[in-house]
Amino acid sequence: MELSQADINREIEAAARHPGGPQPKHDYPPYRSSVLRHPKQPPHLIDPESIELWAPAFGHRDVADDEADLTIQHAGTPIGERMVVAGRVLDGDGRPVAGQLVEVWQANAAGRYRHQRDQHPAPHDPNFTGVGRCITGADGSYRFQTIKPGPYPWRNHRNAWRPAHIHFSLFGLDFTQRVVTQMYFPGDPLFGYDPIYQSITDPKARELLIAQYDHDLTTPEWSTGYRWDIVLTGTHRTPLDTDEDVA
Amino acid sequence: MTAVPGQTVGPFFHLGLEYPLMNELVPPAHPRAVRLHGRVTDGLGAPVPDAVLEIWQPDPQGHVPQAPGSLRRDGWTFTGWGRAATDPDGHYQFATLEPGATEPGRAPFFAVTVFARGLTDRLFTRAYLPDDPDVLAADTLLESVAPDRRATLITTREPGGLIFDVRLQGDDETVFLTYPRLRDAWA
Ligand SMILES: [Fe+2]
Repeated sequence: MELSQADINREIEAAARHPGGPQPKHDYPPYRSSVLRHPKQPPHLIDPESIELWAPAFGHRDVADDEADLTIQHAGTPIGERMVVAGRVLDGDGRPVAGQLVEVWQANAAGRYRHQRDQHPAPHDPNFTGVGRCITGADGSYRFQTIKPGPYPWRNHRNAWRPAHIHFSLFGLDFTQRVVTQMYFPGDPLFGYDPIYQSITDPKARELLIAQYDHDLTTPEWSTGYRWDIVLTGTHRTPLDTDEDVA
Repeated sequence: MTAVPGQTVGPFFHLGLEYPLMNELVPPAHPRAVRLHGRVTDGLGAPVPDAVLEIWQPDPQGHVPQAPGSLRRDGWTFTGWGRAATDPDGHYQFATLEPGATEPGRAPFFAVTVFARGLTDRLFTRAYLPDDPDVLAADTLLESVAPDRRATLITTREPGGLIFDVRLQGDDETVFLTYPRLRDAWA
């Protein structure tokens, strides 16, 4: 039986009565495909050692400068609201994560991914792939120019729609800081209906995924701007280790 | 400072995360190449065809690689990092070198990250080399894991390769890991 949005809303409300903290719940039935895919055993706590105290190194030989501009990857200009997303990647102690890889992917302005499994009957944009990469600066800064993605339907339940979002993949100073997440836009009316966003049951933690409109990032006659600063978990490396990195 | 929560990679991660040679840390024809591979399965034992694994490892001498180039492989530099998506049968594979012990007497392992559609956040685990029972028996992590679950962390050797299956849920669920600063960030 296909579930309705009302059914899912009830499940979201029920799960919110047992908040799981600021991280998403692995066991989150309103997100149907999580049911058979979440571990039932609690994660095993260990002190990281050897390779886990390091992160893979990426650099400018991995990523070309123009990969940060998703609007110039084709002969023509993509359709939609041109925007800049910029911010800083910081570790849990407020230190910049410098020289590290940031990967993004997103739907086009109509809410369609350039992916064979995306069956949403919205138009593709021949001038938009929706993939970007960059290497953070010395201050942890990143900056992408892109098109504001549209919301899109999915098959979790009847009339399920994802709020507009950009997928972000991030690395830190050590292996344990690796995270993939999604950035959202302020005031999206779909937040309350989306079991993926709501799988984070702490409202304050959910807000950490929302970029802020920033007029200083907006360029006259050209594009709007959004700022999203990203804090990773803390590194397990000693300050001495990381100082050596910087030196 | 509160760490950003994770979110699922969703069904379309291939678009943003795939790139040429991502799962070939060395060319498969390399004289010391091994095939690290396995299947990702769900709570019913069904294949998970939309998962992505990342490995991060020392070189065979136990040195931690710090050379860039994982995204643009030159065929010569061992960067120690790779990524592989599962196929429709839930199978993934890497061509790589075997990790060495970072210190004498330490059990060598691949550090593994697992992402999937349906997985709300990434999972961490380890894939140990299976060869030396004494070294494995002395390993801090393995000795702290219930004996009947240890095998989920240890690869199986086959000619030219190592098998490492990931079971996201069930009786033979893989042991997944957390670390002090992850736990504290969300305490
Ligand atoms: Fe998406």
